[in-house]
Amino acid sequence: MLGFFGKRLIAMVLTMWAVSFVAFAIIQLPPGDYLTTYMATLAANGDRVDPATIEALRRQYGFGEPYIIQYWKWISGIVLRGDFGQSFEWKAPVTTLIWGRLGNSILLEGLAVIVMWLVAVPIGIYAAVRKYSLGDYLATIGGFLGLAIPNFFFALILMYLSFVWFGETIGGLFSPGMETARWSPARIWDFLSHAWAPILVLATAGTAELIRILRANLLDELKKPYVTTARAKGLSEFRTILKYPVRVALNPLISTIGWLLPALVSSSVLVSVVLNLPTAGPLLLRSLTSQDMFLAGAIIMLLGMLTVIGTLISDLLLAWIDPRIRYGSK
Amino acid sequence: MPLIPMGDKPILSISDMSIVFSSPDEADIEAVRQVDLTLTPGKTLALVGESGCGKSVTARAVLRLLDKNADIQRGSIIFAPGDAEATDIVQLRQDSLPLRAIRGNQISMIFQEPMSSLSPVHTIGDQIDEMMVIHEGLKPKQARERTVALLDQVGIPGARERADAYPFQLSGGLRQRAMIAMALACTPKVLIADEPTTALDVTTQAQILDLLRQLQADFGMAMLFITHDLGVVAEIADEVAVMYLGDVVEQGSVFDVFAAPKHPYTQALMSSIPKMARKADRVRLSPIKGTVPAPRDRPQGCAFTSRCPYAFEPCATIRPERTAIGDNHHARCHLLTRQPAEAAA
Repeated sequence: MLGFFGKRLIAMVLTMWAVSFVAFAIIQLPPGDYLTTYMATLAANGDRVDPATIEALRRQYGFGEPYIIQYWKWISGIVLRGDFGQSFEWKAPVTTLIWGRLGNSILLEGLAVIVMWLVAVPIGIYAAVRKYSLGDYLATIGGFLGLAIPNFFFALILMYLSFVWFGETIGGLFSPGMETARWSPARIWDFLSHAWAPILVLATAGTAELIRILRANLLDELKKPYVTTARAKGLSEFRTILKYPVRVALNPLISTIGWLLPALVSSSVLVSVVLNLPTAGPLLLRSLTSQDMFLAGAIIMLLGMLTVIGTLISDLLLAWIDPRIRYGSK
Repeated sequence: MPLIPMGDKPILSISDMSIVFSSPDEADIEAVRQVDLTLTPGKTLALVGESGCGKSVTARAVLRLLDKNADIQRGSIIFAPGDAEATDIVQLRQDSLPLRAIRGNQISMIFQEPMSSLSPVHTIGDQIDEMMVIHEGLKPKQARERTVALLDQVGIPGARERADAYPFQLSGGLRQRAMIAMALACTPKVLIADEPTTALDVTTQAQILDLLRQLQADFGMAMLFITHDLGVVAEIADEVAVMYLGDVVEQGSVFDVFAAPKHPYTQALMSSIPKMARKADRVRLSPIKGTVPAPRDRPQGCAFTSRCPYAFEPCATIRPERTAIGDNHHARCHLLTRQPAEAAA
């Protein structure tokens, strides 16, 4: 187990390095840089900029130097000093901008994942055990609806309905007075009363997918001889199914945790814009349009890191619950 | 009234059972048409027949383990343990308490493939403990002690450590031993073994048969042993029942059936076994002519009619009665009822 963990850890560091390299390349891909965009905006407003100032800024940020040198400056700052650079647009260090927002993202999406599993697992089991029953068909229809409705559209519908029916606007994560308050029962309540809508929206599509995967896996497992053995022992049908086939059918689901997190982050960008949520998504979108490269690079890198950590967690979980992986069976 | 010795009272008797499988796309298939079997405590009954004749379906029906599309349409499975009232297992509801109290506890089963019949993600100890926890209400710790003793009894070396092993960490023979330990955990009165040695190599097969025979002597249970291997039958069985296409055509003691088979199918089966002989004395094996018809092409009367060399007038249309030939030797064949009539004429 320890060797397994060590190997995974080394692979993780190498992957992170590759991710950072590619992330930096991606944010450099669009023609021009932040300063050209900045000058274009100023020129459009009729302002004149002193070319000497621009040149000074250009040198300060290292624009125009070879890619490798720029990359080295950037990555060494992150690794050695935890310094992700300056955001041009916000005129502030990237670190102060992203932590709070990334925290919100992780909190929101973590809750969405939990809701997803709590809803999907019982429904998936039911749909498999009672194959082709009314409940199975309803779960299938509901699942396809959830998959087919784009998240942002669902968010819009929710906003509309909540305004028409309850006269309330949903949006944001906190009430105006609560945004900077310390965590307290009142703030948690305030958070939950705002967060239910985005959590619901984010969870629907994933729930549908999980139901389909679990149902398909479980249908395969239910036919296996070991299930008959469990019945022949005298276990009740309920315990037979929960202890044996469900346990085996959950394994592939656990391996999805790895890509669930980044998928949620990217799918939540539009939802966050629609519902005006202070998460990392809208920040990433803005930084990309304004070529705020250090901010964009930091967010892309942290998303990559989330993916890698998620994969590591799911690998470890899988090794923990499935002895065939732990002991490397044939 | 003559006293019947306890040992001779059947503990499980299946009479006139028929099982029909239905599917949405095809016509119903009567996989088992007419099965009569009796099991006696301490004795082994071997159920033989070719693949697809309904042996396994019959065995699974005893514990009601058949899929939902299978229906026991006729007949009864009477389980009569000496110390309690007799129950007709056919009348019990699936997943009902009385049925669950019988499964594993009174009647238990060993399956063909020990690898796929054991859960891949639970240790064998965990899977054996469970039997005693559900049926005898033991605490997990006590159950584990018994499990270790059982594993030891079925000849698994290092039983205490092996209890924590997963099925894929054991060899095929050890896995089957673990399966046997599991089946015997609650000292059942009937043990059903569904081709327990088919997936094993010949040496292991012999060891497992020895083990089963010895455990039967220790526990005194009745055993229904399903196989298609007549050599295995000769080695382990006291009685043998021969099945052909859903019908039990003959049941009797191994000596009677092997020495003097009465049904033409059994006779044909016996003459298809190769014998050890000097080169000069060797004779060609005589295979049974034709092929097994599909259940839907089965003749109305005796299923063997289409391949039977002695078939005559009533065979194709009228189902032969179960006829007693000797002591506990029965067969279903019109020849048996015709001969005395002609002899008298």
